[in-house]
Amino acid sequence: MTTTAVETARDTARKPVTMGQALNRALRDAMAEDPAIHVLGEDVGALGGVFRVTDGLAQEFGEDRCTDTPLAEAGILGAAVGMAMYGLRPVVEMQFDAFAYPAFEQLVSHVSRMRNRTRGALPMPITVRVPYGGGIGGVEHHSDSSEAYYMATPGLHVVTPATVADAYGLLRAAIASDDPVVFLEPKRLYWSKADWPADRPQPVDPIGRAAVRRPGTSATLITYGPSVPVCLEAAEAATAEGWDLEVVDLRSLVPFDEETVCASVRRTGRAVVVHESPGFGGPGGEIAARITERCFHHLDAPVLRVAGFDIPYPPPMLERHHLPGVDRVLDAVARLQWESEWTEGGVR
Amino acid sequence: MTVLEQPGSYRPTPPPAWQPRTDAAPLLPDAEPYRVLGTAAADGLDPELLRRLYGRLVRGRRYNTQATALTRQGRLAVYPSSTGQEACEVAAALVLQEQDWLFPSYRDTLAVVARGLDPVAALTLLRGDWHTGYDPRERRVAPLSTPLATQLPHAVGLAHAARLAGDEVVALAMVGDGGTSEGDFHEALNFAAVWRAPVVFFVQNNGFAISVPLAKQTAAPSLAHKAVGYGMPGRLVDGNDAAAVHEVLGEAVERARADGGPTLVEAVTYRVEAHTNADDATRYRSDAEVEAWRAHDPIALLEAELTRRGLIDDEGIRAERDAAERMAADLRDRMNEDAALDPMDLFANVYAQQTAQLREQAAQLRAELAAEQQPEAAESAVEEPAREASAGEASGQAVGRAAGRPAQGPRGSQASHGSRGSQGSQSSQGSYGSQSSQGERR
Repeated sequence: MTTTAVETARDTARKPVTMGQALNRALRDAMAEDPAIHVLGEDVGALGGVFRVTDGLAQEFGEDRCTDTPLAEAGILGAAVGMAMYGLRPVVEMQFDAFAYPAFEQLVSHVSRMRNRTRGALPMPITVRVPYGGGIGGVEHHSDSSEAYYMATPGLHVVTPATVADAYGLLRAAIASDDPVVFLEPKRLYWSKADWPADRPQPVDPIGRAAVRRPGTSATLITYGPSVPVCLEAAEAATAEGWDLEVVDLRSLVPFDEETVCASVRRTGRAVVVHESPGFGGPGGEIAARITERCFHHLDAPVLRVAGFDIPYPPPMLERHHLPGVDRVLDAVARLQWESEWTEGGVR
Repeated sequence: MTVLEQPGSYRPTPPPAWQPRTDAAPLLPDAEPYRVLGTAAADGLDPELLRRLYGRLVRGRRYNTQATALTRQGRLAVYPSSTGQEACEVAAALVLQEQDWLFPSYRDTLAVVARGLDPVAALTLLRGDWHTGYDPRERRVAPLSTPLATQLPHAVGLAHAARLAGDEVVALAMVGDGGTSEGDFHEALNFAAVWRAPVVFFVQNNGFAISVPLAKQTAAPSLAHKAVGYGMPGRLVDGNDAAAVHEVLGEAVERARADGGPTLVEAVTYRVEAHTNADDATRYRSDAEVEAWRAHDPIALLEAELTRRGLIDDEGIRAERDAAERMAADLRDRMNEDAALDPMDLFANVYAQQTAQLREQAAQLRAELAAEQQPEAAESAVEEPAREASAGEASGQAVGRAAGRPAQGPRGSQASHGSRGSQGSQSSQGSYGSQSSQGERR
């Protein structure tokens, strides 16, 4: 992506834009509207970020607004805390999921709890952008799904887009939020395309609402981020089996939109949670537990999970065996006790 | 085609010229900690400043002994004393102007008090009735930071933001010798130097990180020498010489204010007391070592100077001590009052807007509290949370149990073991317990 490409996208409403370009546009529009917004991270300046999401921002807004920092993630996020204390609204880029771990202490010990520990005196309007997930052939430490760590930290919002429009809308909403938001960008959707709406896309407001991507009646697939297209494809394939699957894109893991999820499951009576992150201790467990607690009497089958294996993320030549794909989703749907044929061991 | 493919064609030239990025010599600290008191230079010290420092030091010492006493009485959960380090604590606060920011560590409540905050508010964290007991914006004092050195990057970010805004604001960040081993110390100093942020990093080298002596912490010539690696000046000062600390910190603050960039100041001092009231210092150091440092006491040093120059007499000394006693008595009286606790505060300010999950959990706690305080009122209290809970099968059950009555779940039987009220009795230990001494809590 180049500046020119973005300009073209801006000017030509109907030209398809990528998710990366939509994120770039969200940053640009937000920075133009509010001088308190500062972008900082590694290679976000002249290079425009390794995924070009900050392309052109340093040129347009100056290096004081879009700053190449020293290569130290705790320092970046720690500095963002101080900047927020002084009234700025920092947008931090972590270059890759696994490179965000050095900043974890700042996130957990300060960013997430500053508002609470100071009784609201020091809010932390910080957006932490983290490219996450696999499927792009990345070598070790470039493909982690780290959302469970963030979800387990009270005080953070955790959101992730699955569509080009949401990439824009959710990022605008994250930046506008007075709370810290971990904004997880699905790497393999960076190059996904969609027609840019004729009227500019709007911020998603408020953060915390799921979207039904495909209405259906047989069962609900609950998913987010990179697994949304997988589930939509699975839902199309499932029609051949006579299943009409509903696909719920959570968009926000924290806050969790229990209302939309439970309404769907109460209607369909069956649910599968799908994500790349390892299953054990992953988001699916929390979601399945909530559904069971809230919708037990509407369920016709146990809530199943399709998740990444409980292994360190595989090397790129083997990652296709790890990532939940259409077949694995359909296999899970098939195990949802369609004819009450459930027997011991019939459920994974 | 590369040169290596053409044997004999490679003509070596010198690499592009290398130059040091900055001259290291001016950045180096002195060989000895800088001292003023007891030297010829002391004659030139401002009498008013010396008297002011003295009064603050006397009160600071009394504050330390009073806070330690409050731990024995169960009024503070824990107190990391800065006895012996009062010169550093007081000077750090006094060198700052109103618009400047102080970033204290957990041992620096005295500096927070010296900056003008209410001692009861400064001690809230250590009393345990909340985390940060003061509004940081009131006196521009960041929350006391327990995770070591993590507050240093905050100071850099704040100073950087102020500098971008064109404000003449300086951040002074406090850390101990142990904290200099943390990664955040390195990252903060590096960021500050690269950004030329108006920050003063103030290391109180008090000899120990709990029990671990400095020799096991660093192999550097001094902690101040670390500055050179970041391209900022390092200063070494006698941390028990209040006048010297005030001078060195003051210079660093004004240099930062004049856009001269950050400074690392190492004050050599000594933690006369144990790490906290829960620590046993006899396990790792000798009485003789402690006594040697007591003979280099910051208050005695300053008192000797004031007496020598006739700037204070016995009556003046007594007046300062009386003022300190009044401060201590007031602190004791106010700390003896039970803290006002509202358990519902737990759910306040987790987010700007409470999430549905937290609303539900807050309702649960509210019902538990109602059941605890007035079991007969639980019936009415439970109505409200039941409304607040999202329409789910199990939410009514949780509230009903906590309130000491079976809930009307869809199948009734689900709540059959709910009458024990076990959740209520648990929370009565936790939320409403009196301020008890918790020796091992750090």
